[in-house]
Amino acid sequence: MELIFYFGLFVCCFLCMYRIGRGPSAPDRTVAIDILGIVIVGFCALLGIETGKDFYMNIALAWALLSFIGTIALAKFLEGKDFDD
Amino acid sequence: MTDIIGYILITIGILFDIFGCIGLVRFPDVYNRLQASTKCVTLGTIFLLIGVALVSATGAIGAKSIVCAVFILITSPTAAHAIAKGAYASGVKLWENSVVDKYGEDTSKLPKSNSASE
Repeated sequence: MELIFYFGLFVCCFLCMYRIGRGPSAPDRTVAIDILGIVIVGFCALLGIETGKDFYMNIALAWALLSFIGTIALAKFLEGKDFDD
Repeated sequence: MTDIIGYILITIGILFDIFGCIGLVRFPDVYNRLQASTKCVTLGTIFLLIGVALVSATGAIGAKSIVCAVFILITSPTAAHAIAKGAYASGVKLWENSVVDKYGEDTSKLPKSNSASE
């Protein structure tokens, strides 16, 4: 049962990596990096209920925070402004 | 009983994730890809985290997964909005069969001095 879940999330990760490598412009890659971060949060949650250890959810929370901050920084960089505008 | 409901929610969430990532690969434009993938993957991951909270009914995993779901619900549309604005400002063209561009009409109506002072 868990193997099917992991396989589905692996498919999501590989589709995102295809778009990161192939994407014709920089915003395509930014979108794919954002989506990959959210998918990995779900992956950490599934690992948490399989192993029964709760530090996986700490990893998921930290990953969500860092993914959000990185995406905002990349979007500001695309917009061509400084970080304090 | 709650285990079964939790696993059903996890299955629905992973299906939404897969559909969103197929949209990320198959759609023709940055804005279409952003639309499809961000909405579908946000909803799917929130379903998955609620399912995880139902399967592990007690303990720290459930509470942290609810916190994580609320955080993703707040931050993911914000990031999508920022990426769309940045993509438009960096000069990515719309798909050639797109029919409406309200943001371009609004920004072209602004007075010139406003954009020159930035």
